[in-house]
Amino acid sequence: MTTTAAVVVDGLSKTFGATRALDDFSLTVPAGQVTGFLGPNGAGKSTAIRILLGLLRPTSGHAEVLGMDPWSRAVQIHHRLAYVPGDTNLWPTLTGGEAIDVLTRSERGQAHRRRRAELLERFELDPTKRCRTYSKGNRQKVSLVAALSRDVDLYVMDEPTSGLDPLMEAIFTEEVARLRADGRTVLLSSHILAEVEKLCDTVTIIRAGRDVESGTLAQLRHLTRSTVAATFEGDPSQLEGTVGVHDLVRDGSRVRFDVDDASVHDVLPVLTALEARSLTITPPSLEDLFLRHYGDDLEDDGAAVTGQVGSAP
Amino acid sequence: MTTTTRHSSGPTHALEVAPVSPLTGLGGLLRLYGRISRRQIIIWVLAIGLSVAASVAAMKGVYPDQQALDARAALLENPSAVMMTGPAFALDHYTFWAMVANELLLYVLVAVAIMSILLMVRHTRAEEEAGRLELVRALPVGRSAPPTAALLLVALANAGVGVSVVLGLLVTGGPLVDSLAVGLATALTGMVFGGVAALTAQVTEHAGSASGLALGAAAVSFMVRGIGDVVDAQGSWLSWFSPFAWAQQTRLFVDLRWWPLAVTLAAILVLLGLAAVLSRRRDVGAGLRPAAHGPATATRSLPDPAGLAVRLVTPMMVAWAVGLFLFAIAFGSLANSLQDMVSEIPAVGDMVPLDLDDLTTSFAAYVLQMLAIGPLGLIVAGILRLRTEEQEGRLAGILMAGSSRTSTAVRWVLVVALSTTVVQLLLGLGLGIGLLQATGETSWLAVMPLAALAALPAIALAGAVTVALYGLRLRLAGVAWLLVIWAAIDTFLGDLLDLPDVVRSISPLRHVPLVPDADLDVSALAGMSVLAVLLVLVGLWGLRRRDLAAG
Repeated sequence: MTTTAAVVVDGLSKTFGATRALDDFSLTVPAGQVTGFLGPNGAGKSTAIRILLGLLRPTSGHAEVLGMDPWSRAVQIHHRLAYVPGDTNLWPTLTGGEAIDVLTRSERGQAHRRRRAELLERFELDPTKRCRTYSKGNRQKVSLVAALSRDVDLYVMDEPTSGLDPLMEAIFTEEVARLRADGRTVLLSSHILAEVEKLCDTVTIIRAGRDVESGTLAQLRHLTRSTVAATFEGDPSQLEGTVGVHDLVRDGSRVRFDVDDASVHDVLPVLTALEARSLTITPPSLEDLFLRHYGDDLEDDGAAVTGQVGSAP
Repeated sequence: MTTTTRHSSGPTHALEVAPVSPLTGLGGLLRLYGRISRRQIIIWVLAIGLSVAASVAAMKGVYPDQQALDARAALLENPSAVMMTGPAFALDHYTFWAMVANELLLYVLVAVAIMSILLMVRHTRAEEEAGRLELVRALPVGRSAPPTAALLLVALANAGVGVSVVLGLLVTGGPLVDSLAVGLATALTGMVFGGVAALTAQVTEHAGSASGLALGAAAVSFMVRGIGDVVDAQGSWLSWFSPFAWAQQTRLFVDLRWWPLAVTLAAILVLLGLAAVLSRRRDVGAGLRPAAHGPATATRSLPDPAGLAVRLVTPMMVAWAVGLFLFAIAFGSLANSLQDMVSEIPAVGDMVPLDLDDLTTSFAAYVLQMLAIGPLGLIVAGILRLRTEEQEGRLAGILMAGSSRTSTAVRWVLVVALSTTVVQLLLGLGLGIGLLQATGETSWLAVMPLAALAALPAIALAGAVTVALYGLRLRLAGVAWLLVIWAAIDTFLGDLLDLPDVVRSISPLRHVPLVPDADLDVSALAGMSVLAVLLVLVGLWGLRRRDLAAG
């Protein structure tokens, strides 16, 4: 693999009747990296992915997958791409094993069989059960086993962990790390910031059909603020002067404040000096981030989850 | 209904909880289910009532006098006729209404059985399978309320059908008491099969299997009654094993007796009681019979889109093939008796295009055309399954595995077209076997399958229209059913209603020569074939250009 981009999208628009699902959307997925594709539900993530898969034809703009036009050369691209949909719908009368083989039709040979067996074991999936008896999580596992067992250049995953339990999520994380170590390219869409942080080298954030931020996680650090809650006896006034601390609230011996992620290492010594007895640092949620930067109220009570955050206009 | 608490004994704090009846929330659930199914119920009620009235009116035209009725009674000496209509009472003095009971009742009962089964499964196992029952049971709703609401809804639907059947008979001049008995027998028989469906819904986890099992039970009942009545035309001991027989044994319009309906009532109570007992023995979501395991890997051919299509459409094709084959045999073996009948009732000639000079051949040709509606619907249904694959997002999975849209669609269409061809050939063979049995001439075995082939271009055309509509726009695809419905109307009622030729020619079957009776008109068949190919190309062109629905 060269260091060129596996996916290049430039000025893409897609309208469904009066609805504008994508509006001048751009995205670059560097080859050999894991790229996060972050946005709230309904922002246009799935529409963008389905254009990349050649299922939808863009209204205007340019898209290139593995150097090819996804609409006219879909079949050639599909031979080098594997896909995990967010909500897998399988053939009710086929067994899970049969469904996996249908979804990996182009793969042959011993290596694939070995990998398939290994993944079935890791994800603890019984391939002899009929698909109609699978729960959502198990259907998702069928999709994951099918996609991960393919030997391709690009893996496109649309909210792949929906329905998985935390244990299976951890295995999924390992498998993605393995793909990256192997030099494969991954595009991973999610609405959970923590998941993207855990897995991705670069991130593109989509909001209302437009890409609003794009860059490495380090570059995006300025966007994220964690919430700190601590209990101590000392005088917290010196915290107020520390760079990166915002919205300090004091309630007896307890304090709460937000801190820029980039400044956490400056704040921790101060807390240590104050002999803090308890300390929690809550990572920012996507909701907080959107609320702070774009004034979006994604969920009516979303802000209540992590307490005080910057006020929305 | 008494209100009791389950924890009335024992030292718990349960007594502090307000006593709740197992039927709490019944009214709300019944309104909800009614809201969900009201359209279907209204359609069933109106369709059955109107068909009854229209059929009786049509029969009045065909059987104007006693001579015609006697000829119709003579037909019942043929076992196939008894099998497909019902037990024959009072053949020595056959009345018009006795004939109505023969001709009509069985099919009204079958319709109401199907309605009850679909409705019952829809509001029991289907709700449970989709997880909606869990949602409902989490509300303050008694554990018996959901099944009771489903049962009441099915009962209401059956009562509605019963009333509409009674009205249909009364407006066409049926005698009051017997007409009321027909309505009651219809509603009660519907409830028996509602009870059967309530039972199968307990046994399997899957709504499709539950309605399949119940419909299978209805089919077996149909056969058992048929064979039982063949043994003895007034009904033998075997007939009494079928719920259909209980309704027919009331000897409607001949010598009305009510007591067989007591058997029906008892069966309803036993079935519902059994379903209630079984439902207490299992958890929400589970079936009594655990789902079976299958192969862990696919066969070599399954991953190919053609192999997948074979796997997915085969159950439907086999079911239709068996049904049409048996139907064709039964119809074919009627040929002889029909000959006697038509010679005495010339009016039959107005209803169906029969040639009096060579009655058997023209009868064979007409039956062939009539039965071809089956494969016509089958090819449309088979191709529309591809639409379902797309809507459910499964087509995207096939494409991601490396197949192109065109090759997937072409293979799917070919599999459906080839299996429909086999069904059509089997249908011809069945008709040949029936005719052989009736006439003793072995040549029918070769002639009828060959003649059946003549309908293939028309069948292909219906399929091609479906492909074109589906390819151009997903939402248009269902319009193809109108073509099938029109072909059926034209075949059954075209002559009777004296429809103009322009309108009739919309039906593809209209352009199929009535072989083996008529000469083979190759130009019409070639025209339809060319049109079919063009329409498939249009469909493929459209499919390559449009957005796919889900994925």
